[in-house]
Amino acid sequence: MSDDTVVEPGPEAEAAPEPPRRHGALVTQHHGDTVLHASRADLATIVRLLRDEDGFNMCLDVTAVDYLTYEPDRALPPGVTPERFEVVVTLMSHSERVRLRLRVQVPEDNPTCPSLFDVHPGTEASEREVFDLFGVIFEGHPDLTRILMPEDWDGHPLRKDHAMGRIPVQFKGADRQDAG
Amino acid sequence: MTTVEPRRSGIETSEGAQEMTGRSSAGAEELLRQLGATLRLSESEAAELVNEGPSEDQTMIINMGPQHPSTHGVLRLMLELEGETVLRTKPIVGYLHTGMEKTGEDLTYLQGATNVTRMDYAAPLFSELAFALTTEKLLGIAEDIPPRAQWIRMLLTELNRMTSHLLFLATNGMDMGAVSMMLYGWRDREEGLRTLEMITGLRMNHNYIRPGGVAADLPDGWRDQVLKFLDGVPPSLAEYDVLLTGQPIYRERLQGVGIITAEEAIALGATGPILRSTGVPWDLRRDLPYLHYDEVDFDVVVGSYGDCFDRYAIRINEVRESIKIIRQILDQLPRGDYRIQDKKVTPPPRARIDESMEALIHHFKIFTEGFKVPEGEAYAAVESPRGELGCYIVADGTSKPYRMHIRGPSFANLQTLPHMMRGGLIADAVAVISSVDPIMGEIDR
Repeated sequence: MSDDTVVEPGPEAEAAPEPPRRHGALVTQHHGDTVLHASRADLATIVRLLRDEDGFNMCLDVTAVDYLTYEPDRALPPGVTPERFEVVVTLMSHSERVRLRLRVQVPEDNPTCPSLFDVHPGTEASEREVFDLFGVIFEGHPDLTRILMPEDWDGHPLRKDHAMGRIPVQFKGADRQDAG
Repeated sequence: MTTVEPRRSGIETSEGAQEMTGRSSAGAEELLRQLGATLRLSESEAAELVNEGPSEDQTMIINMGPQHPSTHGVLRLMLELEGETVLRTKPIVGYLHTGMEKTGEDLTYLQGATNVTRMDYAAPLFSELAFALTTEKLLGIAEDIPPRAQWIRMLLTELNRMTSHLLFLATNGMDMGAVSMMLYGWRDREEGLRTLEMITGLRMNHNYIRPGGVAADLPDGWRDQVLKFLDGVPPSLAEYDVLLTGQPIYRERLQGVGIITAEEAIALGATGPILRSTGVPWDLRRDLPYLHYDEVDFDVVVGSYGDCFDRYAIRINEVRESIKIIRQILDQLPRGDYRIQDKKVTPPPRARIDESMEALIHHFKIFTEGFKVPEGEAYAAVESPRGELGCYIVADGTSKPYRMHIRGPSFANLQTLPHMMRGGLIADAVAVISSVDPIMGEIDR
């Protein structure tokens, strides 16, 4: 008798195809890339498990998307509530030679996300960049300051409601009176 | 005025100064991070390590940059010194930030290449390639790109890798005081740029690799020009070996300086020559082959000490590997189309416009509105001379990307600086910065 024979009636027996899960997060495929839809609370745990057990030893990138004006369907699996912001983490496994992407929903009224600094110290600069350009606050980040914009800049420019081209020129110490 | 008042739920964030905090006012974690500790320690261990350091009146914080000649652009480093020894380093970037990712949301996919090509200005074709590959992935035409276009892309990017590494050799020599090396390096790079100019029409910022293929077929006489360049470089490399590689003063300046371990490099997300210098044989061209790299034969150059000399040696030998690859490309370059014959993506040939109304309409639509890319998100990456250059695009079904993000390898690589500098001499700082080979256009975007 082979090990494949499942005696107990598992949830697989249900009519609706259960989306695959990995470390509790839903897995989808987008254009050949594997995407994990992690919840905010589980993000750090999942990334740590992926590092320690699955060999995803490098975090390549942390970025974000502001879905404020996005009209089409976002192709999220059932069970994942779409929110305005999405933090996107790209991991790399050197042993398996494969990349993995995590998409984390971050609501507008509480734009916080756990920092991955303790798992992958290399996320330090990218998380600062996401904070700078999107205003997503990474909890547990050691030095969450602006990195690309001047430190006295108002707002977060990659947000979709940050008006482009209609903002006063902001310079430190410059007199704000009308230029002659 | 702030645009958002987030409920911070007890999180302390500072949008204040990006500067390095003084030793006495920095928290243990902050100090450790700036010291370059990648491995997390317990609080008591951290406090112990921090208390061991010199007191604040024994140290001095100085600025290097943003317009120091050896910072390769507008990189500013805050260095904490005790005498001549570097204790902490904090790279401060953003001086070249022009919001290129925001600009990218306002350009069509055809115009997008002109934007991304200005990021890594020493290796512009790689950004174009990453952008094109991601767009093609979203369009679902990645498998249909004609082989000739793919091989031309390989040819161009390898030529570009050579010019980029020659630029590194030139500036690295200059930073070490070998000014004649700068002249030689620029001289040889110039011949490479002439080759690129002949093929693409521009010395830099080519906008040659576009979604669907390349902008134009190779011009008459390109093979002679490429061969002329290829034949000229090996004698020059032999000259560099005499001038730099074997020269005792140069070796003294680089060997054992700026050491980083494989564990640290991986934890910090460093890629490219920095990762390979620590002995990790990781090259996307071999490990996750794109284009037709699985059909050419080349070696991944790996170091063993993770010091500045290894990073130099890797780059000079990668030039040799690129020559090897280009010679194979010259032999294997197939005939055929240089771009995909998909009317929705590729503008029709000039001659067709005069005779076909439909061609005219397609031409007009592609250049005014641009072609539409179905909604979705995708990431594609290439091995640039500096490491993994990735492009992440979210498409919303219109002709412009909803979000376009470039993962610049220099941005991650720059985080290795504090680790390499720690405990070294201020005079070696120049060697370390140079060996990271940061391109500020790509870091600040």
